[in-house]
Amino acid sequence: MALLEVENLRIELSTRDGTAPVIDDLSFHLDAGETLSFVGESGCGKSMTALALMGLLPERIGRIASGAIRFDGEDLTKASPARLREIRGNDISMIFQEPMTSLNPVFTIGEQIAEVLRAHQGLSRQAAWDHAVELIDAVRIPNPKGRAGDYPFQMSGGQRQRAMIAMALACKPKILIADEPTTALDVTVQAQIFDLLRDLRAQTGTSIILITHDMGAVAEMAERMIVMYAGRKAELGPVAQIINHARHPYTQGLISCVPHLHDVLTEDRPELFEVPGIVPSLRDFGRDECLFASRCAHVTDQCRSARPPEKSFEGGQIADCWHAEAM
Amino acid sequence: MNVLRTFLVRAGYAVVLLTAVLVLNFSLMHLAPGDVADTISQSMGGADQELLDQIRADYGLDQPFLVQLGRYVGGVLQADLGFSFFYNEPVTKLILERLPATLLLVFSAQILALIVGVVLGVISAQKPNGIASYLVTFTALFGYSAPVFWTGILLLIAFSLQIPIFPVAGMRDVTVDGNFWVEAADIARHLVLPMITLASVFLALYSRLARASMMEVLGSDYVRTAKAKGLSPREVVYKHALKNAVSPVITLAGLQFSAVISGAVLVEAVFSWPGLGTLAFQSIIARDTPTILGILFFSALVVIVGNLLTDLALRLVDPRVGGRK
Ligand SMILES: Nc1ncnc2c1ncn2[C@@H]1O[C@H](COP(=O)(O)OP(=O)(O)OP(=O)(O)O)[C@@H](O)[C@H]1O
Ligand SMILES: [Mg+2]
Repeated sequence: MALLEVENLRIELSTRDGTAPVIDDLSFHLDAGETLSFVGESGCGKSMTALALMGLLPERIGRIASGAIRFDGEDLTKASPARLREIRGNDISMIFQEPMTSLNPVFTIGEQIAEVLRAHQGLSRQAAWDHAVELIDAVRIPNPKGRAGDYPFQMSGGQRQRAMIAMALACKPKILIADEPTTALDVTVQAQIFDLLRDLRAQTGTSIILITHDMGAVAEMAERMIVMYAGRKAELGPVAQIINHARHPYTQGLISCVPHLHDVLTEDRPELFEVPGIVPSLRDFGRDECLFASRCAHVTDQCRSARPPEKSFEGGQIADCWHAEAM
Repeated sequence: MNVLRTFLVRAGYAVVLLTAVLVLNFSLMHLAPGDVADTISQSMGGADQELLDQIRADYGLDQPFLVQLGRYVGGVLQADLGFSFFYNEPVTKLILERLPATLLLVFSAQILALIVGVVLGVISAQKPNGIASYLVTFTALFGYSAPVFWTGILLLIAFSLQIPIFPVAGMRDVTVDGNFWVEAADIARHLVLPMITLASVFLALYSRLARASMMEVLGSDYVRTAKAKGLSPREVVYKHALKNAVSPVITLAGLQFSAVISGAVLVEAVFSWPGLGTLAFQSIIARDTPTILGILFFSALVVIVGNLLTDLALRLVDPRVGGRK
């Protein structure tokens, strides 16, 4: 049994225009120790998926309409709020896109880390603080003893994200969800953060769900990837296999946007091109057709007639495209 | 010791500000038509020019403006605010006698308004359509629209006359005599209605701001982080969110100090509270210039001290204020 199994998950958002499925019939699993990457354009529902796993969908706006999220066999969509609090930050934790605003400005980072330990492991104030200092050291912030007493505004963006990572890993979670952990950071710091995540993963064996726009990071960090498009899965499978031979036109477009990927992994390097057009608006997410049709070079009448079925290929690769075999 | 230095700097500014207040008030009073001599002669039923000149000479009013100003400022530096002919007492003594009553009223009303305002704001922010939300909207509407003296009279009628729980006027009951606690309880009983009256205006202001501020903070990224850590709703709201949400409310309360003091003048008049407000009221009618000036000076002082306290409170709440390191 996989560590995490998501089955036919449907998340609905209530907006001014009515209710729309921001995640529509999404299934995937995550094995222990594995890194699974989510990629896709802005607004395709990656963060919503992550928040749903945490039980933190925006109140009064988002809700899980159907489906199951089974963590160690327990369906989190049916878990009580108290049970979810036990799991959050302890078994499943999350780091967010914006290190500048995700830490509380009026508490020291030592306190913000120690707090998790007190909440989940019942450590005393002193023990939690000492452990927090060790964690700050583990994420390679120099002078951990001194920095533990610092407030977030006294740290750089990279250091804040390290502090977030220390906080997320404090209780040795089974799953770490990293939602674009480096988007807000500059390039050299991005590389350091990924190095850090890789090392920590090797030490702790934590499974990682990595949400990112960075195909390079996917190639370096993840074993498998899910490509999302407009709230639906476009393609899923082993990273190397997908980069080598994507079966969904959208994935192909995404990959060819990144020149060096082909450089590294294949000999032939196609012309650089961007995916033309824009993502459909949330209102149109539920329509019974291929939502990528308007941007696809291979579009046929069939694509507009109904939502494409899942097509499986060897090695666990799945593509939701009417013409996947021909790609 | 950064805090100490900032406070010394602030104290320096305060001295400059107070001097400016002093000079400005004195000049304004000087510009106003009529002086002490006129008032005294009126109270005597009229006087001839000779007597008027005599009175002016007695009070130094025949001297040039700058000399008078210099004498006044010099006196203030020695804690001498002049002499009230109306009360026949030194102004400093008059004011110091009444200051504690006003301070008690002003600070207790501020604190009550702050605490109740923040509590209402926090509760209503969590349930925008709940009872607390309507309560905030209602008190806000009431607090804005009802003049304090009207609220005061209404409370008097309700809780002193119809249902006589609280005394009608004053700060102490002369028949009450006992140890410290008995007298404190007596004062507290007298304080309730004036305090609520004065607080009602500011309660309206603070609860509205607290609610808006809290709603914003509850939607912030760091509150989401706190939830993602698995903290209880109580910790999320009362630890992580509240400490951020109160800063704007404290700042506003600091800015409102002068308004609270002017509100206190009216409230003291309604409840015959023996503070500076009542004194101000009487001395304005009596054209008792030295007393009026002294009261204005002390009001400025209270505002400045209030602002310093606000600053201190902000520093306690938000490490970014004052920029450590
Ligand atoms: N609080 C909200 N209220 C209404 N709509 C929302 C809210 N949060 C997100 N959405 C909508 O849900 C959709 C999916 O958002 P989501 O944040 O999951 O995208 P994403 O894939 O994480 O994008 P990005 O790469 O920019 O982070 C978007 O169309 C967005 O506009
Ligand atoms: Mg996102």
